[in-house]
Amino acid sequence: MAAFNIWPLQGLWLPDNYSETGRTIDHLWTLLHTICAVIFLVTGIVLAWALWRAGTGLNKATYFTHNTRLEIIWSIIPGGILVFIAIYQMQSWNENKLLHPKELVNGVSVSRPPLVRVVARRFSWEFHYPGSDEKLETIDDLYFENEMVLPYGEDVVLQLESRDVIHSFFVPKLRVKQDIIPGHAQMIWFQATQEAEVALVCAELCGWGHYAMQGRIKFVSRAEFDSWLTKQMELKSLSQKGSAASKGGLVQTSLETVSINESGQ
Amino acid sequence: MNNNDVTSQDSTNGHHAGRGGLFWFLGTYVFARDHKIIGLQFLFSTLIWMIVGGLLALAVRWQLAWPWSNMPIFGALLFSAEGGQISPEFYNVLFTMHATIMIFFVVIPILAGAFGNYLIPLMVGARDMAFPTLNMMSYWLLWPAFGCMIASMWVPGTGPSAGWTSYPPLSVLFGEAQGLWLLGLIFSGIASMMGAINYITTIIQMRAPGMTLLRMPMTVWGMLITSILQAFALPVLTAALLMLLSDRMFDTSFFLAEGLETPAGTRLAGGGEPLLWQHLFWFYSHPAVYIMILPAMGMVSDILSCFCRKPVFGYRPMVFSMCAIAGMGFIVWGHHMFISGMNYYLSVSFLISTMLIALPSGIKVFNWLATIWGGKIEFSAAMLFALGFVSMFIIGGLSGVVMAVPPIDIMIHDTYYIVAHFHYVLFGSSIFGVFAAIYFWFPKMFGRTMNEGLGKLHFLISFIAVNCTFFPMHFLGARGFPRRYADPYVVEEFRDLLPLNQFITYAAIAMAAAQVLFFLNFFGSLFFGKRTTENPWHANSLEWSVPSPPPHGNFDFQPIVYRGPYEYSVPDRDEDHWPQWVE
Repeated sequence: MAAFNIWPLQGLWLPDNYSETGRTIDHLWTLLHTICAVIFLVTGIVLAWALWRAGTGLNKATYFTHNTRLEIIWSIIPGGILVFIAIYQMQSWNENKLLHPKELVNGVSVSRPPLVRVVARRFSWEFHYPGSDEKLETIDDLYFENEMVLPYGEDVVLQLESRDVIHSFFVPKLRVKQDIIPGHAQMIWFQATQEAEVALVCAELCGWGHYAMQGRIKFVSRAEFDSWLTKQMELKSLSQKGSAASKGGLVQTSLETVSINESGQ
Repeated sequence: MNNNDVTSQDSTNGHHAGRGGLFWFLGTYVFARDHKIIGLQFLFSTLIWMIVGGLLALAVRWQLAWPWSNMPIFGALLFSAEGGQISPEFYNVLFTMHATIMIFFVVIPILAGAFGNYLIPLMVGARDMAFPTLNMMSYWLLWPAFGCMIASMWVPGTGPSAGWTSYPPLSVLFGEAQGLWLLGLIFSGIASMMGAINYITTIIQMRAPGMTLLRMPMTVWGMLITSILQAFALPVLTAALLMLLSDRMFDTSFFLAEGLETPAGTRLAGGGEPLLWQHLFWFYSHPAVYIMILPAMGMVSDILSCFCRKPVFGYRPMVFSMCAIAGMGFIVWGHHMFISGMNYYLSVSFLISTMLIALPSGIKVFNWLATIWGGKIEFSAAMLFALGFVSMFIIGGLSGVVMAVPPIDIMIHDTYYIVAHFHYVLFGSSIFGVFAAIYFWFPKMFGRTMNEGLGKLHFLISFIAVNCTFFPMHFLGARGFPRRYADPYVVEEFRDLLPLNQFITYAAIAMAAAQVLFFLNFFGSLFFGKRTTENPWHANSLEWSVPSPPPHGNFDFQPIVYRGPYEYSVPDRDEDHWPQWVE
């Protein structure tokens, strides 16, 4: 696949990958395209050769109608390749969609709870973080729009919901995509490998503003993440006190506080 | 078989009631019940709709190459309110209608409607279809369908903009025009079902003596299997469309969960399941993929065999592969839904059935290659397009195998990789097959040949332009470039893909220009083409035994079939073809 580092193909292959499980997808991608390239070349050469020979002035076409042995050969070999692909991809599918990350709580292995609740609506993303009670869907949840901060180097579980139509949570650089069906709560997980800022886009047609439904995800270290979240909680309680009961409910804050937080350290 | 009935049909057909007069004209050319006239009606209508669908595609390409800039000529006509720009709402209408028209009004009716109608009775040796009136109605039902579609585009506000897949809740809660769109689709579905019943009956019941099932040309096999798929899958789609229409019109909740936010406030009723639509829709629409390719596969097999002067290699495996594709086509629909939220264990079983269905497709490709191997090839325009079909199908088939792997879909589902794949199959294969068939059977249909030089030029430009248009889309998809984005460049990561998109648009314009050549050639040859005889290609199947164009009733006397349709270059014979009707 080295050809894709050469102009004019540069940058026209998979984008950078910042996810652990995404590596298995990239590996499969390369493998499958290599197989395809080989089959394409072989069939292409056979076709070209057959056409070339035909141009060399045969008097009469060679008469043959079938060949059972050939049929068996070219059923079994592709069949074998297809079965191999079907079995080979299972591990990647398991890691990406079936094996919910576990964690130890009091020595018992349990499913890791979602860190953030992602709510999609026409045409924005809402990110709800647990407040000081460390539980989602309570009154002290923190709420951000279109911008999310997450820790890297650990499994992150997100709970996806939609308020209106089907959306799809697609982060190309994390190799993550999941349709969000209204009425279902979908769990996805990934482990980012490094500090990065990546685009989150909607991949299921949701109306006229579908193209504009994008967000940013920023990965920071666990320590930075914790101090950022604490800071947000403080900011929220401050603003709640400030506006007394006049506002209440959800308070929207901004991602810019991350950089303030970073410079403060 | 049932040929005794044919005479009685004949007398009721209006053709013997005397020429002249309005009723004679209406009965013969408008509400015709002759399968050949109906076939030509389908052909001309679908070619016109192809122009409409193509222009819609060019508008989509315009927006992707030069977002929000004024479109020349059409911009001022269509979007004068926006000052010549495409609005994001209308962009969604554009790709929705492009897909709808191309699938339901071009590819399906041109294959089954035009060529199925024209060729089936001629190829099996029948005087007409089993149900001529039903046949006539199946054509005329397409017009209310098309009327609904076009009318829906001009509904105030916005036209149908939920994509051709029309996923609820979007298609239920938003867009005034979706109801008309659904109605149009129901009409076209019923039209297809009528056709399918007719084709199955004709092929099973009205074959000439000696025309056993395994002596039928591959074209007829393709049509038979397509019709069976339509007859079994379309009722499911029609039921689903009615349920969706009911959700829209009568406030039912088949496909709606409770508590959805709508423009009119929160919708308290619910309890439905949006995923149910996707299951029902793809239960039809995956077999539809084969409905859109099997007849072309059949026709291409016949054309390859004729211009290589060789029998189709492995006739029986070819037929069995088609049957296998049709049978398994019903159990692979879930591969459209790997990341839809469907049970992930289910994905694995759909993966396995999808891998299985790749096998007969592969076998067909190998058999085509073996058919070409050792042939004495005449590179006519029809043959070039048939070869184009095979090579494009290899690319489309290979990317299909890549896409069948669920983890890969995590990356490329709903991106341009998918767009590249199905355009390789639908344009590169199906439409190339249609072009091959038009060049091949035009002499039979009109008694004149199309211009070969123009045809070859048409192929050359189309072949290059198709690859320049659709191959780079794989790269867009690899980058995660999503489908159905009015302006993908609002996302920072996709901004550098603009030049590639402009290149694709230039290639698409070249492709459209090549089709202008085709239309000039087609309509010019109708009047000025070289006159031809009954069997200009020295082909074997029964349609070449009758005059070009064939008279009403097709055959002067009962044809008797002595052998299969592929006895080309038989050793110890002077002539290199041995027609089915020659003893």
